[in-house]
Amino acid sequence: MKALGAPDARPWLDHGRWPLRHPLGASAPADGGEPERYRFLAAEGAGLHQIPVGPVHAGIIEPGHFRFHASGETIVRLEERLGYVHKGVERLMTGADLARGAELAARVSGDSTVAYQIAFARAVEMALGVAAPRRAAWLRALMAEIERVANHLGDIGAICNDASFALMHAHTGALRELALRAADHAFGHRLMMDRVAPGGVLVDLDRDRRAALREMTATIRDKFPQLVELYDNTASLQDRTVGAGTLDPELAQRFGCGGVIGRASGRDFDARRDHVYPPYDELRFETPVWREGDVNARVWVRIREVEESLRLIGQILDRAPVGPIREELKPAGGPGEGWALVEGFRGDVFVHARLGDDGRIARCCLRDPSWFQWPLLEAVIEGNIVADFPICNKSFNCSYSGHDL
Amino acid sequence: MRRTLLEGLLNRPLTEAAPGDDDAELAALAKEVERAAAASLGRSLSIRHIDAGSCNGCELEIHALGNAFYDLERFGLRFVASPRHADVLLVTGPVTRNMREALERTYAATPAPKWVIACGACAKDGGAFAGSYAIVGGVGEVLPVDLHVPGCPPRPATLLKALLAVLGGRGQ
Repeated sequence: MKALGAPDARPWLDHGRWPLRHPLGASAPADGGEPERYRFLAAEGAGLHQIPVGPVHAGIIEPGHFRFHASGETIVRLEERLGYVHKGVERLMTGADLARGAELAARVSGDSTVAYQIAFARAVEMALGVAAPRRAAWLRALMAEIERVANHLGDIGAICNDASFALMHAHTGALRELALRAADHAFGHRLMMDRVAPGGVLVDLDRDRRAALREMTATIRDKFPQLVELYDNTASLQDRTVGAGTLDPELAQRFGCGGVIGRASGRDFDARRDHVYPPYDELRFETPVWREGDVNARVWVRIREVEESLRLIGQILDRAPVGPIREELKPAGGPGEGWALVEGFRGDVFVHARLGDDGRIARCCLRDPSWFQWPLLEAVIEGNIVADFPICNKSFNCSYSGHDL
Repeated sequence: MRRTLLEGLLNRPLTEAAPGDDDAELAALAKEVERAAAASLGRSLSIRHIDAGSCNGCELEIHALGNAFYDLERFGLRFVASPRHADVLLVTGPVTRNMREALERTYAATPAPKWVIACGACAKDGGAFAGSYAIVGGVGEVLPVDLHVPGCPPRPATLLKALLAVLGGRGQ
């Protein structure tokens, strides 16, 4: 099969190193030759040079290759090459039972494990025509908001750290740790992996666990305003973030870019509000939107979202209904088809699942928000200096694993 | 900023005590390490992290080692930017076929003596992704592994003990 009219025919995930080709189609064995050379797009002109970076990077981050064309310090073109962490998740999903599917979904992108678990569970529930009990929906949202708080805190600190402002990183890092410890205490896992299952959730909250979560949110609520003030009042830090890595709102719109990145460039979209799913129809929250589209705007959207998520956690702890937390699914519930859109910390996670007659997964597609964000990073970086790439990249914080799948 | 700095100076540090010599988890990890690094390297280790295909869960917990609670630099442990500066390679993830060469080249670029720590369930045997066409398997399929840290992902406290185990098994 050949794609006609594609503007770019270079293979993306297939680096020519698998034992087969087209793993999801009528897969054929690979021809066994040397991997094809990947031709980066050319940028030509006097004094232009290339800087290859990766796949092994200097920090503790995921692998990918960045090819810069630079004129002196100024970046003329950035080209990303990804696919290094492709693990064949969609093929592993095919034929898997629901428990195995949930295990895989939880590991598509470890930082968004809750969002993926919820999206997978909701897609399967739609396929089976069942709904999770009310309390389960509320507990899912509780975990999702804790995940959002923890990740945003980490990102705010990491962005400042890339501007050499380690003080913020130290403080947000400590708050993030408190959030993860509270999650561990309440749900039995720091990142809350394997806590959501099709049909409901696997862990309930008792009074003691609820108190741990309240204490965590109270501490963050108490300490966070001071850090926001610190960000707002440090001119040397803002000098790096204001006006750096600007994403044009028109581009964000055209790419359907979700999450913090979209909302910092005027795209007012939030799956919790615009494709509402329980319990968000019963909760009050704002979706912050900035129009400037620079690193600074992305920091501010994260700051406001931390505050909103803390409010949401408070509402859930106060008002979560009592009742069962899991609906038993009929063993051979299939066939059926379902989908779900869930707002993770990075943006809208989409999962589509088709179940076979035997109730097993016939096909499952998981789309990370990064799909629409990675290409925009290339656009954003043009005209910035090489030294600002890390801070721009961090302010995007796209997923490699979620994208490569 | 003054207030934040001042509070940082006056408040009790968040940093937690090092695991003692009687810590069972540390002892178990230390037993797995055949040649501790202390004999050849003294009291300090430079660590290079490589993601060979992880889901990013392990990376989050490795990052946490740097926060005020674990503060790994007090033990002489630090993460470095290049394998050429490293004593230890901390490898996460199942090794994907697309990352195998990069992993091998990073190992080759690391000067001897060197140690390899496989971090997390995937790094042991491919974990949840074992059997996929895109996966080679655990880190041991590609490099000689000195220590495996269990967990999905390992807790930061466990990771810290693993690094101390390679350093010679002593917290203090």
